[in-house]
Parts: sequence; C-alpha cells; structure tokens
Amino acid sequence: MILHGIAFYVFASVAIAAGFMVISARNPVHSVLFLILAFFNSAALFVLLGAEFLAMILIIVYVGAVAVLFLFVVMMLDIDFVELREGFLQYLPLGGLVGLILLAELFLVVGSWVVSPEATDVIASATPPMSDVTNAEALGRVLYTQYVYFFQSAGIVLLIAMIGAIVLTLRKKSGVKRQVIADQVARKREDAVELKNIEPGQGI
Amino acid sequence: MEIGLEHYLIVAAILFTLGIFGIFLNRKNVIIILMSIELMLLAVNINLVAFSTHLGDLTGQVFALLVLTVAAAEAAIGLAILVVYFRNRNTIAVEDINLMKG
Repeated sequence: MILHGIAFYVFASVAIAAGFMVISARNPVHSVLFLILAFFNSAALFVLLGAEFLAMILIIVYVGAVAVLFLFVVMMLDIDFVELREGFLQYLPLGGLVGLILLAELFLVVGSWVVSPEATDVIASATPPMSDVTNAEALGRVLYTQYVYFFQSAGIVLLIAMIGAIVLTLRKKSGVKRQVIADQVARKREDAVELKNIEPGQGI
Repeated sequence: MEIGLEHYLIVAAILFTLGIFGIFLNRKNVIIILMSIELMLLAVNINLVAFSTHLGDLTGQVFALLVLTVAAAEAAIGLAILVVYFRNRNTIAVEDINLMKG
C-alpha cells in the first residue's frame, strides 16, 4: 500500500510539473516533449487505477500519433517563435487570476462532494472482478456489445478526421511533371517516329 | 496512506487548470493552445477513469476511450488547418486569423 502511495505521488507530481513546462517552455519542441512526459505519467496513473488497456492506448495514440504529429508540425513550419512569445507577461496576471479562481472552485467541488448511495444502483456495466477477467477483456466485452454503436461512430469520426486532414493539406502544384500512364499506353508509333527518305550522297 | 478518489480528482483539476492557464498565457501561439487543449482532455480522461474505478462501472472507461478518439481527430484537423493557414499567411499568430476572408 505504501508503494502504491509513493508511486502515485511520483507520477502525479511529474505529470503536473510536465504540464506546467508544456505551457511555459520557451521552445515549442520542448513543449511537445514535456507533453509526451505528461502523457506517460498519466498512463502510469491509469495503470495505478487499474485501467491498463486505456493506459496502453494513451501511450499508443497520444505519444505515438498525436505528439509526433505536433512535433512534425512544429519542426516543419518555419515559425519565428520569439515573436509569438511577445505579450507572454502581459497576459500573465489575467490568466493567473482566471486559473486561480477555477482551481479554487474545483477544489471546493472536490472537497465537498459525496457519492450518492443510489449511485451503485445505476451502474450500467459493472466491472468484473480483476481475478477473473483482465481489464482489456472486460472493456472489450462491453465495447463490442453494449456500446457497439459508439465504437462504430468513433471509427467514423476518425475516418472523417483523416479525410479532412488529407483534403485540407493536399495541394496540386502546377509546373510539376507527373507520370500519366494512360497517355503512355495510348502512345502510337506514328506520334513518336517520323521516317524521312534521304537521297544517297546528299546529306540531311 | 490510502490513495483515494480525491487524490486523482485533485491531479486532474490541477492539470485542467494548467490547460486553461496555458491558453491565456500563449495567446499568440496556436500550437501551444492546441497542446493545452490536449492537456485539458487528458485531465477529463483522468477524472472519467478515476470515477470508473471508484464506482466499479466500466462505462467511464468506454467514455474515456471515445474522448481519446475525438482528441486525436481534433489534433489532426487542427494541425491540418494550421498548416494550410501557415502556407497562406506565413505566420500562425492568432490575432491575424480574424482577418481571413472568403
């Protein structure tokens, strides 16, 4: 139990510190790397909570896809980040005020709520005991049966996002020669070769 | 000491506030704003999973999975818009975006 506590505090503090560095790092590449660190530590928190499947998905989706996408865009675009940081201190008081108010409100909520005793009656899909079924299998059992429509619509959302991203960033460059196979196949001998009848001894 | 639901909720609350704070702090840099949104969605996911474990209800984890999907889609579309915008204007300053027409 003590190990669980130590692990929680280590992962939670590193996650929060990394989250702070994401918004305050001078170099956006460092921001992305700290975002990856925050995701890794949150995945560890998920493992502590007993949600191993989501922890692994978090690492695959966020670290493997989203963070690499961010890194790609940050490095691909030639942006003057110094200019973008102007006004950083100007927004600090207002942002700090809003953040502190929000944090105080959230702490008030966390400090005073209680779980309703009827909450256990409305459980939609109870977690099976960990000794019988692994977390991934338990999740799969409800995801493919009870929540199959949500699962399918998540797939459609991803498909639309993929098509949208491709359509947005695809550009036709003019002046670039491309291979047109139909033209190559339709080419005839007469289009390419012309025979001239040259008299002997006259030259061309 | 026992690590209960409240501990996870407090971590999620701090991460969410950091996300909000990041949006205010980096008002000019869209990339950092998108990263802040990712942080906020992560905080929401921690909340969902913590409650899911606490109440013994798997629905929370299913919902967290859907939030993850939408977050990935949002990042892809947002960055695609960013790339197109940068191609047209050679900057990603947020204040200039309201000058876009047509």
